[in-house]
Amino acid sequence: MVRGKHVVYKNKVLPYFLVAPEMILVLIFFIWPAAQALLQSLYREDAFGITRTFVGLDNFRRALTEPLYVRSIGTTLAFALTVAVSTMAIALFLSTLANNIGKKALAYQTVIISPYAVAPLVAGVLWFFLFSPAVGYISYNLRFFGVRWNHTIVPGQAFFLVVLAASWQRIAYNFLFYLGGMHQIPDSFIESAAIDGATPIKRFWKIVFPLLSPTTFFLLIMNFIYTFFETFPVIHQLTRGGPSNATSTMVYRIYRDGFIGLDFGGSAAQSVILMAFVITFVALQFRLVERKVYY
Amino acid sequence: MQKLLLAVGFMLLVPGLIFAAGAQEAEPEYPVEIEMWIGLGGELGERIEDMAGDFNAMQDEFVVSIVEVGDYEEAMTSAITAFRAGNQPHIIQVYEVGTGTFMGNPEVIYPVYQLMEDMGRPFDTDDYLEQVTGYYSDLEGNMISFPFNSSTPIFYYNAEAFEEAGLDPNDPPQTWPEVEEYARVLMDTGNYSAGFTFQWPSWTQIETFSAWHDVPLGTQANGMLGWDAELVFNDDVRIRHIQTLADWAQEGLFEYGGRRGDAGPLFTSGDVPMYIASSAAYAGVAATAGFDFKASFLPYWPDVDGAPQNSIIGGGSLWVMDGHTDAEYDGVSAFFEYLSSAEVQAEWHQFSGYLPITYDAWELSREQGFYDRVPIHNTAIEQITLNPPTDNSRGLRFGMFPQVRNVILDGMEAAFAGDMSAEDALNQAVERGNALLREFERTVAR
Repeated sequence: MVRGKHVVYKNKVLPYFLVAPEMILVLIFFIWPAAQALLQSLYREDAFGITRTFVGLDNFRRALTEPLYVRSIGTTLAFALTVAVSTMAIALFLSTLANNIGKKALAYQTVIISPYAVAPLVAGVLWFFLFSPAVGYISYNLRFFGVRWNHTIVPGQAFFLVVLAASWQRIAYNFLFYLGGMHQIPDSFIESAAIDGATPIKRFWKIVFPLLSPTTFFLLIMNFIYTFFETFPVIHQLTRGGPSNATSTMVYRIYRDGFIGLDFGGSAAQSVILMAFVITFVALQFRLVERKVYY
Repeated sequence: MQKLLLAVGFMLLVPGLIFAAGAQEAEPEYPVEIEMWIGLGGELGERIEDMAGDFNAMQDEFVVSIVEVGDYEEAMTSAITAFRAGNQPHIIQVYEVGTGTFMGNPEVIYPVYQLMEDMGRPFDTDDYLEQVTGYYSDLEGNMISFPFNSSTPIFYYNAEAFEEAGLDPNDPPQTWPEVEEYARVLMDTGNYSAGFTFQWPSWTQIETFSAWHDVPLGTQANGMLGWDAELVFNDDVRIRHIQTLADWAQEGLFEYGGRRGDAGPLFTSGDVPMYIASSAAYAGVAATAGFDFKASFLPYWPDVDGAPQNSIIGGGSLWVMDGHTDAEYDGVSAFFEYLSSAEVQAEWHQFSGYLPITYDAWELSREQGFYDRVPIHNTAIEQITLNPPTDNSRGLRFGMFPQVRNVILDGMEAAFAGDMSAEDALNQAVERGNALLREFERTVAR
């Protein structure tokens, strides 16, 4: 059966059978919808699907010449960068602490991981109630520090709140991976550095951090994809993209134009743009950032 | 290998068997089932279910089942997606801003007046309040959808706060300059975080504001005469209003409470003593406010000719969707006949705080002493019937209006946050809104 490194089946049909379930899933849940979106982005259609006119790239032109859409690309990037960097920094800090107090720290770890078990929509509701300008506990108490909290009107506050809610959940995920990464670093590396007289901070930056670079790279990409696609519930629950579009990311625009505005062609064009955008972005990361990763 | 093929074959067979079994159960049955999708939840949703239950109990030909499908936006989207897939409900509740979308696509609906005529049910448009039906009728005055839950914004105020501040609770502010004056007096007590707030900002401060001041939101009688209408709400009347609100927001006289109904708790917690909100918000306010409150007409700018005119409605109407059998449509028309009876209407009006839809229901509620008990509801009706509606105050009919409303809100928020002057904000909103209207005009061109 084994010839060189490759496994070869005698039966010519069986391998296709074995990959078929995976291929069918990819076809049904990725290729087919993506093709549909691509097709739909070339048409103008009324809400009910009665008339359908081929308009070429007009839907793309409409999106890309609209200043607010272009702005949503910037918002998405700023959002992704802030969430990715802050969650990774905090998760790295927490996992360093958790790693240092040894294996008895189960309770501590559980507490940090628990936000991950909260559904994003529920998380949105929680933060909504804490910061609601009308009934919020935090917004009420902020008054005593001279802060007038009203994220329904102040764009900066809204952006901060969305970042906070999105990061809060994401820290748990990052924490898990960093802690796992740290467990894999042999103690002997650290011990020998300590014997050579390296301070804890030096040991972290010279040994732990470089050895975690595959994890960091993986998390960077996962966090970007998370903010691009999965933060919709948080934004929907907290700000609905407002005030005046300050938290309207690309994926939120797709929802707003497609499902509220019923502009299916325009919305499809935007999702094609987002898809192209994410593919380019991840490809760039692989080219530029992966060089600095040690495996 | 053979075992594998067998297993795969079996796996394919099982769903087929289940499907076949399901298909057998889907035989046409008696009584005829009517499905109605609604965008209201909570107590109002339950009340609608009770109404359907009563209808089902009083006859055995039809069964109406109510399905709650989220909020208004979600209900409309669900119905449209269902229509595209060919499983649309018989009746769908659509909020007022969705009216244009449905009217622009006549193939998907069965006009209510036509339905009642075809099914031989009594139906007289003149029984219905003109200010309500105007929103949902075609140019000949035929009702296209069935008005069901309509409300209008009114001015709520905290009577106890007025008294404490030395203001007469029976003499509320009638004009915007008076609102400012009252707000300053109230703020001087130091008890409040702001003087006033409002909910649904575009509906209360641009759409209703325009009707109330008899100025057009758009050309072509606010879109009623054609899909080529252009938005024109960037004139001095609207710019001055939004700029003044923005100045008051900077000063703290006015607190913005979000795009939807989120401002409610600001008023009910006693934090903000004046509040512009839907007349249908009454029940919620009464249940949560720990103080005595009253309501009056919306304030207006006294230097605008024709103000106050009459306010317009918001809320939902029932649309009948195309693609069902005559037996089912017979059931729909029977249900509508039941819904429009004075008793059912009056009960719904008194329970929910929505306006009475028919003159008979209004009269019956008056006879029953409802307005003596809850004068707020009379305020709302008097306000929408204050003057015969003009082209500017009959209603709105713009395509893609849910999106246009978001565009207006974007502009208002930018002005209130001080990021933009009201003039720039409204100019931009008009420009973006018109682009959406043109896009809609192209989609409905047949």
